[in-house]
Amino acid sequence: MPEPLPDFEAGQAIAPTGAGGGTDLALTEAETLEGRPAPGPLGSGPGEKPRSLWSDAWRDLRRNPVFVVSGLIILFLVVISIWPSLIASGNPLQCDLAKAQEGSQPGHPFGFNGQGCDVYTRTVYGARASVTVGVCATLGVALLGSFLGGLAGFFGGTGDAVLSRVTDIFFGIPVLLGGLVLLSVVTSTTVWPVIGFMVLLGWPQISRIARGSVITVKQNDYVHAARALGASNTRMLLRHIAPNAVAPVIVVATIALGTYISLEATLSYLGVGLKPPTVSWGIDISAASPYIRNAPHMLLWPAGALAITVLAFIMLGDAVRDALDPKLR
Amino acid sequence: MGRYVIRRLLQMIPVFFGATLLIFLMVNVMGDPIQGLCGQRQCDPATAARLRQEFGLDKPVWQQYLTYMGNVFTGDFGTAFNGQPVTELMADAFPVTLRLTLVAIFFEIVIGITLGVLTGLRRGRPVDTSVLLLTLVVISVPTFVTGLLLQFLLGVEWGIIKPAVSPAATLDELIVPGLVLASVSLAYVTRLTRTAIAENARADYVRTARAKGLPRRRIVTRHLLRNSLIPVVTFIGADIGALMGGAIVTERIFNIHGVGYQLYQGIVRQNTQTVVGFVTILVLIFLIANLLVDLLYAVLDPRIRYA
Amino acid sequence: MRRTPYLRWAAPLLALALAATGCGGGAGTTQGVVSASWGDPPNPLEPANTNDVQGGKVLDMIFRGLKRYDPRTGAAQDMLAERIETTDSTTFAITVKDGWTFSNGEKVTARSFVDAWNYGADVRNNQRNAYFFGYIQGYADVHPDTGEPKATTLSGLKITGERTFSVTLSQKFSTWPDTLGYAAFAPLPRAFFDDHAAWLEKPVGNGPYTVHSYARGSAMSLRTRDDYPGPDKARNSGVDLIVYTDNNTAYTSLLSGNLDLVDDVPAAQLKNVRKDLDGRYINTPAGIIQTLAFPYYDPAWNTPGGAKLRTGISRAIDREQITRTIFRSTRTPAKDWTSPVLGTDGGFSPTLCGDACVYDPAAARRLVDEGGGIPGGRMTISYNADTGSHKEWVDAVCNSVNNALGRDSACVGNPVGTFADFRNQITQSRMDGPFRAGWQMDYPLIQNFLQPLYYTNASSNDGKWSDPGFDRLVDRANAESDQPTAVRLFQQAEEVVRDQMAAIPLWYQNGSAGYSARVGNVALNPFSVPVYNEITVG
Repeated sequence: MPEPLPDFEAGQAIAPTGAGGGTDLALTEAETLEGRPAPGPLGSGPGEKPRSLWSDAWRDLRRNPVFVVSGLIILFLVVISIWPSLIASGNPLQCDLAKAQEGSQPGHPFGFNGQGCDVYTRTVYGARASVTVGVCATLGVALLGSFLGGLAGFFGGTGDAVLSRVTDIFFGIPVLLGGLVLLSVVTSTTVWPVIGFMVLLGWPQISRIARGSVITVKQNDYVHAARALGASNTRMLLRHIAPNAVAPVIVVATIALGTYISLEATLSYLGVGLKPPTVSWGIDISAASPYIRNAPHMLLWPAGALAITVLAFIMLGDAVRDALDPKLR
Repeated sequence: MGRYVIRRLLQMIPVFFGATLLIFLMVNVMGDPIQGLCGQRQCDPATAARLRQEFGLDKPVWQQYLTYMGNVFTGDFGTAFNGQPVTELMADAFPVTLRLTLVAIFFEIVIGITLGVLTGLRRGRPVDTSVLLLTLVVISVPTFVTGLLLQFLLGVEWGIIKPAVSPAATLDELIVPGLVLASVSLAYVTRLTRTAIAENARADYVRTARAKGLPRRRIVTRHLLRNSLIPVVTFIGADIGALMGGAIVTERIFNIHGVGYQLYQGIVRQNTQTVVGFVTILVLIFLIANLLVDLLYAVLDPRIRYA
Repeated sequence: MRRTPYLRWAAPLLALALAATGCGGGAGTTQGVVSASWGDPPNPLEPANTNDVQGGKVLDMIFRGLKRYDPRTGAAQDMLAERIETTDSTTFAITVKDGWTFSNGEKVTARSFVDAWNYGADVRNNQRNAYFFGYIQGYADVHPDTGEPKATTLSGLKITGERTFSVTLSQKFSTWPDTLGYAAFAPLPRAFFDDHAAWLEKPVGNGPYTVHSYARGSAMSLRTRDDYPGPDKARNSGVDLIVYTDNNTAYTSLLSGNLDLVDDVPAAQLKNVRKDLDGRYINTPAGIIQTLAFPYYDPAWNTPGGAKLRTGISRAIDREQITRTIFRSTRTPAKDWTSPVLGTDGGFSPTLCGDACVYDPAAARRLVDEGGGIPGGRMTISYNADTGSHKEWVDAVCNSVNNALGRDSACVGNPVGTFADFRNQITQSRMDGPFRAGWQMDYPLIQNFLQPLYYTNASSNDGKWSDPGFDRLVDRANAESDQPTAVRLFQQAEEVVRDQMAAIPLWYQNGSAGYSARVGNVALNPFSVPVYNEITVG
């Protein structure tokens, strides 16, 4: 067999990297999506309007309570990321040391942190950094990864071989190690260096998935037909392959989003995450972690907010996967 | 089969050099480590120059890399700033992390697969829903929070374990750290097994086996499990490398003097030789574990043949 | 069938495994031996190569020098020195006491010192603390700034008998003998030179402890020397130092009874420390001061109105509140640029800084405005994020400044990833705002708090501050052989530092330690190092 398993490399796409050894492991489950023919845009029955995978999936999703709940949580998070002052009237940077570590009191439901800042205000304002990091890192990883992986899968040959080795290199380097090294030299206080780092070390995961997915789709009859009809490479990629190969990427990306948010907190714990005056859950969790005995409320609120956010994105990813994976219907 | 293994081994060569070069350059970006050795004082220029020479830092980066790689092939991984050969550090650290990783893998296999089978066979039942929810919670809480919480509760509040692992790092001391290290992967193994079991439970061969009147236990262990384990094995195999390198957080919380601790020290002190040495070994472990997993594929699924 | 076969054996196995861990609680401690927290020293453990507290702990246990600083008062007292005599403050005749031996049986002679000092000074040996020998004649020949050394020994050191040698300095330095308690001046046995690698594996010294085993990077076992000839024989049978990466973990170990002594109680645990440890907690002043230094090489910070601006920032910092809340009174608001451990006779003055160190938001606003305002309207306070939990106080200082000036981000903390990078930015003059500067004294003299930090081009003058008046006063003080006059001259120099607000003094740092019920008589010396040899067990 010259090509025993076209997606064999992709079969290794499990990219276990990250905090405590598994931040991005969610991706693996999507692996069950690979290696089987991606559902093509075929009509489902005579006389009926052809139902695409997408409209099917959407119909499923709307009826899935998991999707509805996680979607609502995410919508809420996005809204308060943009307009935190809607539900928090204070200033997250205004702190009064005299109130340090104090617990819940009227007007300050979550109490105060070690610097005497209002924990409620900081928890609300912290959503922006986490959501920005999650969304931007995922977009960056998905775009870069599917671009490179898609091209490699479509054209094959030397470029593909080189890319496969490059992804191997990135997989071999522990993510936290890369973060400690690269982010310790950063002086910027914005979220961009952290996002850039995640894209730099995260794209190979998506690239493998995209590559495997494109290789599978490429072998479908309708692609051969398009080629026979003289479609250009660009047209084939954009019109025929991309729409059908993108499902696994979306599934993996949605689940990964949550893990990027979690990774930001871990980086902060190691002292290389976001920097003040940026307000982030990671910064607050890491600052509060030594106080776990004496003032647990300082840790629990931002950690709880973070966990709920990650949970919401992972549940969303789950729901999307169930909807896009016809085999599980 | 033989040709396939050789091809894979050949592919490792560029990956090996690429990874070492990449990490070498990354640590170099951090800048000159010498000033960190002189405490709150400026190093006197003569000593600083001597130290740079001693650690080869006075040469251009490409030359440093070539010298380093040349030495690596003779078994010399350089020295740490405290004068200790890196190979000695490795001899101390890798056994500890290996034990920790084994404990973690053990939990992944035993708890992860058991829960996965249990929930996969009872899709949609209360037990399935609650385990599923539990795995989500485990995944959502960052490992360092889980670790600190367990350390506090088990180590201080209830006094069940020692909150810090002794330098000997015996297996029994590593149970809780191993569980923390495994926690996220464990949740994934559960979910992965569950999905695979649920899929395969509806497969024709299972229906046939059931129709033959085979006992359920035999169906599950002989037929269902064997076929469902392929993605799980892939995952766990690839996880070995990641667990060993990803233990930075767990080792820090429980004061384990393993690979993660040495890497962290190496980075904080900007010691290229320590960091590159350890990462080189980690990359090798990662590559070899992946190869073994691929070969295991063929054992588990006779349909797969490697040419 | 309701259970899978796997669960059936997995559950008891796990239970068994968890039960096996339950045997914790004090296991692993040996009779009479103290287990104490430690940090991995970054440099080899040679006396002239160790410049950090963690390495210093070990040297303090396995070495004794000519002088020793009293663990309580900090005063330099003769240890191995029988006599140190001088007539001109330049040439010193030193006699070593008889009867001292290294733990391998070798006698401690004049040669043990001279060889050690020559080794420490020689540039070819890469010793980080070589500059300590810089006052001795001939230093420039064995340690030239560039090029190969012209000599292998210091011309100022001469052996005059088995137990006597003479030291000639290149300048007058009346209190030089008082610096000899620093670890770099320790004697070394021949074994150090004959088999250096073996010595590093297991250092041999002349102190009350010997190294029993040393696993670099993780633990060191020291055992009491039965044949120790000194007066300060250890009162326990040994000390096990265990490396902790995170002092919170060390404290947690202490609480659970797996560690006897933690000599750096993390700020986060101080709130309940007395209750947690039932009073087994000490908080002793140490010769450490924390300051904020300024980059004088940056024109924005070196303006004519700069002194006013810096004084304004100083007055915007609520030292009382921060030391009380963040540090739970383990630090004391600074009132000068030295340390209370010097004593008022030694040069400490509780009034020298005066109003300039007193929190007053209105005065702060006025002074900052008169001084031309914070450059660019926003400043960062840089610190290294990898060690020492500086984030908390830097954030608190910034919040205090912001509250006083009424702006919410006039001041922001700027964590620098690693200590090495932080030091690089400082030595390469790349700072663009105030930065953390801590000073732990090498020896308890006021000179040590001023000259290395504020003298033009001094080794720890991180901000590159320079004032000819200050330099002149320090020179005069060093040449002065009358101690009280010298101290007065140093204080005059310190007043120059105050008037210019060369660096903002923040607080004096105390040493703090918590210990288990197994051990007693725990104390910290003025260098914040536990006095291990006095600890009793049981």
